[in-house]
Amino acid sequence: MDLTGKRVIAIGERDGIPAPAIAACMRSAGAEVVLMETECFV
Amino acid sequence: MDLDGQERIQRVVDQNGGEDLVVVVGPPDAETSAMYAETVTRGDPTYAGPLAGVSLGLPVFHMLEEAIKEAIPEDVWAAEIGAMEFALDAEAIRASMQAVRDGGWEYTGRGSAGA
Repeated sequence: MDLTGKRVIAIGERDGIPAPAIAACMRSAGAEVVLMETECFV
Repeated sequence: MDLDGQERIQRVVDQNGGEDLVVVVGPPDAETSAMYAETVTRGDPTYAGPLAGVSLGLPVFHMLEEAIKEAIPEDVWAAEIGAMEFALDAEAIRASMQAVRDGGWEYTGRGSAGA
């Protein structure tokens, strides 16, 4: 999938893949991260 | 999904439209991944948040899906995702994401943590 120029909403989770990690990957693929959410369930 | 988070997602779509927008999620299990995906496509399945009954119809993928992984440079993937790919049940997660995209996933009420 070509992510270049896409606007990405990153919804991560503390016990899975956190939003900052998703965002770093998206930016490396040429996407713009417009929102980062890290959910945290207990 | 967190209610404030749903509101922020709605705001992004309201302000800029859904064109070129992609949602990428990273929960650790299949059930939660499907809930997030359902929330941004057909609406919050728990009917608790601002996206209840709101069909945003956004394309949504889990970070561990091949369509996403193939777009990430290997060194970045290794640094940011690394062993998490093998710690999670990627196969079950991929199946649940596909089920949501196919419209064949149903909320079982097992809770947002998928426990």
